[in-house]
Amino acid sequence: MTQGGAAAPLIEAAGLRKVHAPRGQGAPTEAVAGIDFRVRRGEAFGFLGPNGAGKSTTMRMIAAVSPVSGGTLRVLGMDPAVQGAEIRARLGSVPQDDTLDTELTVRENLLVYGRYFGLPRAVVRERALRLLEFARLEDKADEQVEALSGGMRRRLTIARSLVNEPEILLLDEPTTGLDPQARHLLWERLFRLKQQGVTLLLTTHYMDEAEQLCDRIVVMDQGRIVAEGSPAELITRHCTREVLELRFAADEQAGHAQRLVAAGERVEALPDRLLVYADDGESALAAVHATGAQPLTALVRRAGLEDVFLILTGRTLVD
Amino acid sequence: MTTALPTTAGGPPAVPSPGDRAPRPAAGPLDSLVAAVPALREFGYWMRRYRRVWRGSVVISVVNPLLFLTALGAGLGKLVDAHHSGHLAGTPYLHFLAPGLLAASAMQNGFVEGAFPVFQSARARGNYPAAAATPMRPGDILAGHLLFVAFRILLSGALFLAVVAAFGVVGPLRALLTAGPVLLTGLAFAAPLMAWAVTVDRQSRLNGLYRFLVMPLYMFSGTFFPIGQLPSWARPIAECSPLYQGVALTRGTALGTVHPGAATVHIVYLLVLVAAGTVCACRGYTRRLHR
Ligand SMILES: Nc1ncnc2c1ncn2[C@@H]1O[C@H](COP(=O)(O)OP(=O)(O)OP(=O)(O)O)[C@@H](O)[C@H]1O
Ligand SMILES: [Mg+2]
Repeated sequence: MTQGGAAAPLIEAAGLRKVHAPRGQGAPTEAVAGIDFRVRRGEAFGFLGPNGAGKSTTMRMIAAVSPVSGGTLRVLGMDPAVQGAEIRARLGSVPQDDTLDTELTVRENLLVYGRYFGLPRAVVRERALRLLEFARLEDKADEQVEALSGGMRRRLTIARSLVNEPEILLLDEPTTGLDPQARHLLWERLFRLKQQGVTLLLTTHYMDEAEQLCDRIVVMDQGRIVAEGSPAELITRHCTREVLELRFAADEQAGHAQRLVAAGERVEALPDRLLVYADDGESALAAVHATGAQPLTALVRRAGLEDVFLILTGRTLVD
Repeated sequence: MTTALPTTAGGPPAVPSPGDRAPRPAAGPLDSLVAAVPALREFGYWMRRYRRVWRGSVVISVVNPLLFLTALGAGLGKLVDAHHSGHLAGTPYLHFLAPGLLAASAMQNGFVEGAFPVFQSARARGNYPAAAATPMRPGDILAGHLLFVAFRILLSGALFLAVVAAFGVVGPLRALLTAGPVLLTGLAFAAPLMAWAVTVDRQSRLNGLYRFLVMPLYMFSGTFFPIGQLPSWARPIAECSPLYQGVALTRGTALGTVHPGAATVHIVYLLVLVAAGTVCACRGYTRRLHR
């Protein structure tokens, strides 16, 4: 059975803050401005947010490599400030920037990293074989990392994070830089880890990734959590069922946007298109035509997490 | 189909394993030591990297003193000795020079090993952040790397001493004794440099320090000539330089001319540098790796 029972959250943050000391002169930045969340064992938990939202900073605090500036944080029931090493021993961590040793071979990177956990040499050697297969890098095992493509390095970093058979896996933008096939393969692998009981925490800019992998998501913006829930919940709570995307000639868009708002539609203006939120996209399109507007293109689609994000923060996720 | 190994803590399994469950291999005595002393893991990492380049480094460590001692000691030394230099108190120039160069090369090794690799490792994509994500504490990382730096200083020093012995300057016993001062001199530079290099954000600063600190020290710390030859105002300054302390101790030990009182002063001076450097480095590593 799970240790500590299902009631005790695996990760718990209350009023969690992080203030980065200023570089040179300048004001200190509050990267995380008081957030609360709980992650249960076996859950897949996602942090969504634009650049600079504080996702990586939060991940680093959970990974016990960045001291918290305020509030409380408990990971596996322990305080990172006191039992950082014990926490790190049971975590796997995929940082946003790869920290592979480019002068060593692929296999050596796994061996060295495994040794950092104090694992016996023979154990590490045997796990390295499995992880090479996991990352589909068997052919590259004895090549220097220098010679790997960015996506291969990413796969190696992810494989490396599993060398200590972690209970929690922290993935900071795991699939950035991967080709679509590698992404889908990784999702499948992560899904399998989740089924084996590994708790997943991930940050991402990709909505499909969040929808595919995460049971629960928090949307972060400027160091705060602005929404929380399952992907489906977030969409029903904050968004309409459908979205109508309209493109106009560049100079006409602003005028049309005003007219549509006046006609009682929920409209978000992006640089290249207007989004009209409606439970029935087709009737919304009819209403648009009724105002006399002649869009160049009109497309009705289901609402997704990006729409939730746009509505909550007024900004797009991928910029 | 794939199965998974259970984790030791009885927690959930994580790494998918192919085929049948392999029996867990037994841990050897070295494994137990490495499990008990985390610093040895970092030391192992640096040794693994060194394994790729050790041949070249050994050749350089032998050829360098060979060239210097031939050209300066045997060549230039003949001229110096022909002038019956009273400043060397009857010591042949080769015998005066060899331990001085040895101490200076320990400083150089301390600098090269303590500054550049630390700077590289501390960067965002370097080895230190990778290690810091594991149970390794910043102090473990520092200790392991410092151990490797000590190993490099000792190895280069030993090869240098072998060359010095081949020139007939020291016997095997004196050579063995001299390894201590060499290590101490190298670490007196390496430890404070590691403390500094871990905070540095641009490589040009390291190069600058090398040019403006290491080179003058090299020239004016009694390496090539006794500091008695310096103008009187410069002598006390030279005496305060850590390299002078290292040179005096190394030379005194190699030639058997050191006074116990003076040796104590040199040793304490150098030990204070090592200790202060290590304490500062430990703070700097923590601040850098846990921020
Ligand atoms: N080491 C640091 N020193 C100073 N400021 C920092 C540091 N790391 C992050 N910040 C600042 O903290 C804020 C949050 O950064 P963070 O990296 O957590 O964002 P993020 O959500 O991960 O963004 P991205 O999607 O771009 O990865 C930013 O304003 C950033 O400039
Ligand atoms: Mg980030």
